[in-house]
Amino acid sequence: MAGPRHISVSEASRPVLPRHAKLKYDETRKVWVILAPERVLAPDEIAVEVLQLCNGERNVGDVADQLAAKYAAPREAILADVIAMLQDLADKGFLTEIREKTS
Amino acid sequence: MSDVTIPPSDSLAVLEKQRSTAESFGIPLAVLLEITHRCPLQCPYCSNPVELDRSAKELTTEEWKKVLSELAEIGVLQVHFSGGEPTARKDLVELVKHASDVGLYTNLITSAVLLTREKLSDLADAGLCHVQISFQGIEEGLADRVGGYKGGHRKKLEVAKWTRELDLPLTVNAVMHRQNLHQLPDMIQMSLDLDADRLEVANVQYYGWALKNRAALMPTVAQLDECTEIVEEARERLKGRLTIDYVVPDYYALRPKKCMGGWGRQFFNISPAGKVLPCHAAESITGLEFESVRSNHSIAWIWQNSEAFNRYRGTGWMKEPCKSCEFREIDFGGCRCQAFALTGDAANTDPACALSPLHETIFKQAEAEAEGETSRFIYRNFAGGTLESENGT
Repeated sequence: MAGPRHISVSEASRPVLPRHAKLKYDETRKVWVILAPERVLAPDEIAVEVLQLCNGERNVGDVADQLAAKYAAPREAILADVIAMLQDLADKGFLTEIREKTS
Repeated sequence: MSDVTIPPSDSLAVLEKQRSTAESFGIPLAVLLEITHRCPLQCPYCSNPVELDRSAKELTTEEWKKVLSELAEIGVLQVHFSGGEPTARKDLVELVKHASDVGLYTNLITSAVLLTREKLSDLADAGLCHVQISFQGIEEGLADRVGGYKGGHRKKLEVAKWTRELDLPLTVNAVMHRQNLHQLPDMIQMSLDLDADRLEVANVQYYGWALKNRAALMPTVAQLDECTEIVEEARERLKGRLTIDYVVPDYYALRPKKCMGGWGRQFFNISPAGKVLPCHAAESITGLEFESVRSNHSIAWIWQNSEAFNRYRGTGWMKEPCKSCEFREIDFGGCRCQAFALTGDAANTDPACALSPLHETIFKQAEAEAEGETSRFIYRNFAGGTLESENGT
């Protein structure tokens, strides 16, 4: 099933990359990339880590919890950064989210 | 590609900022595979060369698979299956499957008219990541006339719907020129109605077939200004809903485009017969020999070392006014194919540049053509073109 588009990222959302955006380690250039239609994006290390945690089961809050614990950093600041990064990706059309079935 | 022009520099812009492939002539991120020149459409602006490769010369399935494996191995990340019409090849599903198996991101650039729902579904199952469908207009009267194919427009709409039903992202490629630019606002609306992710508003680039048809296609300056305004307004209004890429016809620009991101810097394509080319129009430059994947050389060797790629790389080949120009590493003197077509020497400054001594003459000529009466097309085919009849068939 097609995931929704034009999403608004919040602490409760469970974002995932849609099938047309693929996170991949580029062995030749030694850099992580997101492959998308007519685009190759180069996410930074933190974005890669966030996207690897976004497996469709964790919500954004869970992701922030994990990163806050790992880096011993304030959760609120991390949460704001994670939401901003994911929203940017969503606005470019390269993020969708898992929603509970309503029908 | 069936009847479109991709601006490869745009596709790569994002990663280019991070790490320049240009400086080392690293292997391009994306490669265009023109797997056949056969196409049921006859668009008068087709980006294929006027001398088309016949099917007997096409690479076999096994040869294309070997090419795909080699591309993945040397660091190519994306391939665009294009043509001609790529779905005219019976082995397309097999090729897409192989590309996915070796880790390549796959785009299909299609006219859509040969696709069935089953075939599209098979392609999706084979790992196809993205579908780009060309449209010639917003209603079948004009669209089918431009494509020279009855029923084409209706079929395209149907395939676009299937594409989204199969959860594949969709790009609408709208090739624009004098005879359809008035439909641009509706084309944007049509893209929204089709639930497209991207719209490419691609003004015709005038080489090959399009150059033959320039008098029938060249927009007026007023039309182009309006087009730019419409695109800018729509981009703002549709932010986050529809990405709009915009390619202007360079005749009306003061600076030439950085064609292909610079010759041999970040792009190559492979022709149906297996020639490795710096751009899809490169074979129009006579006197250049292009190496084939059927030769003893690897694709990486051809990219790095072949004479054709090195001839116009960098700035050493330049003549004046390019040679001492402060923009020489910004636009690399524009388009070599256009320079050759319009001046007879690919090393001359592209006349799209205001600094070219030919710019004014050519601009005036184009402007006169745009105001002229010619509207009949010369349709693209293997016979070297057929003039549209008086009543438009």
